[in-house]
Amino acid sequence: MSSPVPDPIQAGIAAGWQVIDASTLQQDRSFDADVVVVGTGAGGGVTAEILAQAGLKVLMVEEGALKSSKDFKMREADAYPSLYQESAARKTADKSINILQGRTVGGTTVVNWTSSFRTPADTLGWWQSKYGLRDYSVEGMAPWFQKMEERLHINDWPTLPNANNDLLRQGAEKLGIQTALIRRNVNGCWNLGYCGMGCPTNAKQSMLVTTIPSALEKGALLLTRARAERFTLAGSQATSLECTALTADGMEPTGRRLTLRARHFVVAGGAINSPALLLRSGAPDPHQLLGQRTFLHPVVISMGLYPQAVEAFNGAPQTVYSDHFLHTQALDGPMGYKLEVAPLHPVLGATTLSAYGVAHANLMKRFAHVQGMLALLRDGFHAEAAGGRVTLRSDGSPQLDYPLTPYFWDGARRALLTMAEIQFAAGADGVSPVHELVAQPYKRWDEARQAIAALPMQRLLTRVVSAHVMGGCAMTGDAATGVVAPDGLYRGIGNLSVHDGSLFPTSIGANPQLSIYGVTARLASGLAERLARKG
Amino acid sequence: MQRRSFLKAGLLGGLALAVGGAAYRQFRPSVAQRFALDDQGRTMLAVLIPAITGVNPDAPALAAAIDRVGAAINGLPLRVQKEISDLFGLLSMAPTRRLLAGVPAWPEATPAEVAAFLQSWRTHRTEMLQTAYHGLHDLVLGGWYVDPSSWAAIGYPGPMKELSA
Repeated sequence: MSSPVPDPIQAGIAAGWQVIDASTLQQDRSFDADVVVVGTGAGGGVTAEILAQAGLKVLMVEEGALKSSKDFKMREADAYPSLYQESAARKTADKSINILQGRTVGGTTVVNWTSSFRTPADTLGWWQSKYGLRDYSVEGMAPWFQKMEERLHINDWPTLPNANNDLLRQGAEKLGIQTALIRRNVNGCWNLGYCGMGCPTNAKQSMLVTTIPSALEKGALLLTRARAERFTLAGSQATSLECTALTADGMEPTGRRLTLRARHFVVAGGAINSPALLLRSGAPDPHQLLGQRTFLHPVVISMGLYPQAVEAFNGAPQTVYSDHFLHTQALDGPMGYKLEVAPLHPVLGATTLSAYGVAHANLMKRFAHVQGMLALLRDGFHAEAAGGRVTLRSDGSPQLDYPLTPYFWDGARRALLTMAEIQFAAGADGVSPVHELVAQPYKRWDEARQAIAALPMQRLLTRVVSAHVMGGCAMTGDAATGVVAPDGLYRGIGNLSVHDGSLFPTSIGANPQLSIYGVTARLASGLAERLARKG
Repeated sequence: MQRRSFLKAGLLGGLALAVGGAAYRQFRPSVAQRFALDDQGRTMLAVLIPAITGVNPDAPALAAAIDRVGAAINGLPLRVQKEISDLFGLLSMAPTRRLLAGVPAWPEATPAEVAAFLQSWRTHRTEMLQTAYHGLHDLVLGGWYVDPSSWAAIGYPGPMKELSA
């Protein structure tokens, strides 16, 4: 198990970083800090670094384990169980949508595909006009995006797109559909194509190798395998956070409890776990908004089969996109969608292909010739795309109900048609929308057009997935529409902030990591100033 | 074809799966929280793995694939492992298997019977059976293609060896 690549996390631990694996604790413990940050993904990582740089004593709590490049072996067998929520098989309550979310130190940033977009101007404009976020203009946010782009090496990707991405570009170009290149948060990337399994070379500038080490260097403490259960609230203040230590495999509590006390608490567990923690804590919610309007960018998928090799497992996973169909109608008109591609490794590819038996085996024989195209549908801008709702199961764990409406299915059908047309234009000899009633790949565009027009658009028949969970703790100017104020403070708890993708009052309309970095950098900087003033 | 069974399953499937799950837990109250792959489960997977993958492995490869499916289930949350235990129980007990899946004892099921069962659940109007199909589909295909021994047949070279050792 040796790697030629140095592991900065192991080096940091050897140099004395304060890291406690709660699974090893033999007794209950309590800790004090200036600020407790719950979650170490995009929002928690950025917040921890900024607060630690301001001289505050920061305690980071993470339910995942601390894994690092020595563990990242580019094998799905290890990556999904160890780095993802629910072994990469987290699902909505009715099991109709599969959700990819990280569960490790660094959160989803450890396993995302590095796509970096500033929040689109039309999304920010909508937040300003509909949700009272007056300061969230393109100009107002630009310095924060710029700061995080510099911090995380977000740059144009200088290497040619791999074939998987280039087929999107080629097909779209033939049809007069504009595409562009995706910026990436990488430094010295080897172009391997395994971003989703943890970067083995530490090139991806995830929270794991950037902000979290920086906070630890400044004396922050990191608690791993500790699940935040509930806040103790007294009046309008949170006095402590109760946590449960988890077993080394993260499956169940060990029985050890941790009590964390701080002047201020920041919730950054992601858009399913953050509202769930606040619901378990009985946080004030006079307008019944907490956990509501959870967005997913629900994704439909089209597999293209090509005469030439595509090798969608090789090379930077996402480098080409098209926003054409986000702009062919009004923001609150019929549902728009962003086009991208997905890397395909054997397990992800085999489980996504909707067939069994000989039909499945025949598709898999052409695995290296398959291109996987995605359409991410933009939810949250229309009354029939009001998102889902996070509630608690009887054991306190979160579940997400996400209704798929006729409005969504109209968009899904248009997206499947678009993708098939692009794939045939790029030279596919077969196209298979991921749908249970597609028995064989369609051979020609006119056949596909007629068939897709007639396919029943229905949950559990049409495959729908998501890698972008947003909303549930909406940040708005008006207490009647959101539980969080524009400065990130939870309304009704004076010393509790929310700093993650759950803040977004709509979906983003683009891969959300840079939106989370920019918004939380701004909120954390404001919080650091306020805490410094209070002394 | 076991059309009558499917029809019954359509009318009763959801109820039977819910009640049957509870009954199954009553029959086996000592069942551990973590999914345990027993001989009945292995017998069923020995039939389902070739049926779902469309690949016919030899006995040692099949046994290894069964182990991998079990390991994949053990990586899921305990709540989901419980659901899968119930599903395996229902598909192992003769009365519920005949009612819900329309197949005789797994070793005696013909490929056509197994394929008819899969196709029926895949498009069933009872959503619980549809989700059970998806669960079996993903677990079996994941358990098969996760292993390097399956990769040559699909033209996947595997990750760079220097970094994956």
